Amino acid sequence: MTGFVRLYVQQFRTTLATMFQYRASLFIWMIGQVLEPVVYLVVWSTVSRNQGGSVGSFSTTEFASYYIVLMLVNQVTYTWIMYEMEYRIRQGMLSIALLKPVHPIHSDIADNVSSKLITLPVMLVIAAGLGLFFRAAIAPPLWAILLVLPALFLAFLVRFLLEWALAQAAFWTTRVGAINQLYFVLMLFLSGQIAPLALLPGPVQALATALPFRWLVGFPIELILGRLTLGEALIGLGAQAGWLVASLLLVRVIWRAGLRVYSAVGA
Amino acid sequence: MRYVRLFGAYLRASLAAQAAYRINFFFQLVESLLNLGMSLAGLAIIFSFTSTLGGWRSDEVLGLVGIYFVVGGMIGLIIQPGLEDLIEAVRTGTLDFLLTKPEDAQVLVTMQRVEFWKLIDILLGVGILVTALLRLGERVGGGQALAFIAMLVCGGLIVYSFWLILATLSFWFVRVENILVVFQSLYEAGRWPVSLYPGWLRYGLTFIVPVAFATTVPAEALTGRLDWPTVLLAVGLAAVLLVGSRLFWRAGLRHYSGASA
Repeated sequence: MTGFVRLYVQQFRTTLATMFQYRASLFIWMIGQVLEPVVYLVVWSTVSRNQGGSVGSFSTTEFASYYIVLMLVNQVTYTWIMYEMEYRIRQGMLSIALLKPVHPIHSDIADNVSSKLITLPVMLVIAAGLGLFFRAAIAPPLWAILLVLPALFLAFLVRFLLEWALAQAAFWTTRVGAINQLYFVLMLFLSGQIAPLALLPGPVQALATALPFRWLVGFPIELILGRLTLGEALIGLGAQAGWLVASLLLVRVIWRAGLRVYSAVGA
Repeated sequence: MRYVRLFGAYLRASLAAQAAYRINFFFQLVESLLNLGMSLAGLAIIFSFTSTLGGWRSDEVLGLVGIYFVVGGMIGLIIQPGLEDLIEAVRTGTLDFLLTKPEDAQVLVTMQRVEFWKLIDILLGVGILVTALLRLGERVGGGQALAFIAMLVCGGLIVYSFWLILATLSFWFVRVENILVVFQSLYEAGRWPVSLYPGWLRYGLTFIVPVAFATTVPAEALTGRLDWPTVLLAVGLAAVLLVGSRLFWRAGLRHYSGASA
């Protein structure tokens, strides 16, 4: 266990230094992460004003709160590993990582967390500014505030592991663009980004609940907005824990199978 | 005329290079269809709750989505590949080879690579646009069609000049490939009429990163929303940016010292 802690402390030291070198790029990538929720915020607020101030169970300002919280949940949970892994495998760069005596996923997690530590303060300022501008307000009950951190932590882990597993598709084909696109479309609809899940047709909602997507983004948002009962919140945490086990197994199985077909191009 | 023949030669070279990867056509088709399906499903969800969005009816927003795909396809077809190669060539110094050729370097940079697969986006966009026009019926007259084409050309020139300015920055700052991401992120906002956005964002999408001229303005022309100030602004901005980017490009070229020599 202490070995594990020391491993992560060291990983964080190096990746924080690396990520700090790329701070300009990190902030450029943030533009998209801020803009996309703002676009849907504006579209849904416009619809809501058109309809006399609310759509379904969402009022105009609740749409604002929803999408600003979505921006933050996305910031905490997103990864770029699918692009990274494709590049590594295509260029044979993975060979270097394989020489190290630890699983490469640990340095990827450290990379991801470091980049977010650097951008998070800016993101919080932007979120506060947007919140004031669009008059967003959230009032979660006390128990929900206590559950937010575990829910976000689980959402981050499951999303990271799932996307890490999906990124291994690059072992079998280097044309992963279409696979990634399919994943992004599903993510956009089923995690509550294009519209809050409560506004989608029943079958789509059922699909989002049965698949992991809802638990990665939609569920933490609903929890923070105070739209869930304690029972629903605990079921959500249970679902996240279940998907955590499933995604850990998936990563293990796919990684082993992938390594067997890896031909180390360029080595 | 000479440039047309030159462009023909570059087209053949691009085609020969990409014909070796024919299966990419299939993958691009899947990606484009997913992207389009996502746009259309999003529209369907939103218009199931409302009949107009900021004064735009669903068929009009559909037309805007068509334009979004056509212009996005044009950027991917010819604007982005050549300018990406330029940034790479400045970094590695291979721009020297291009500069020794006896033709205008800006023309060569622009023509040097054509991504044929992006024609799929343009064709899908045209399909959506035609569908939207058929559903709008006779509301679209000859004058509107003419204005639409004029605004589309202006929008294309504005986007091209803007990209050229961004790519030219590489003569001073070398590593600017991330700057191109700025445009791609903001272009996403062009799926919707910019009139929806609050003032600061609308202003930014019009004058700082001219996404509005690429998608919303041509769509306004098509749906009879265009006013003369916007036309003058679009034509004026296209002219100013075209000349300005040309001057900036030449200043950049003078600053180029050749990394390989």
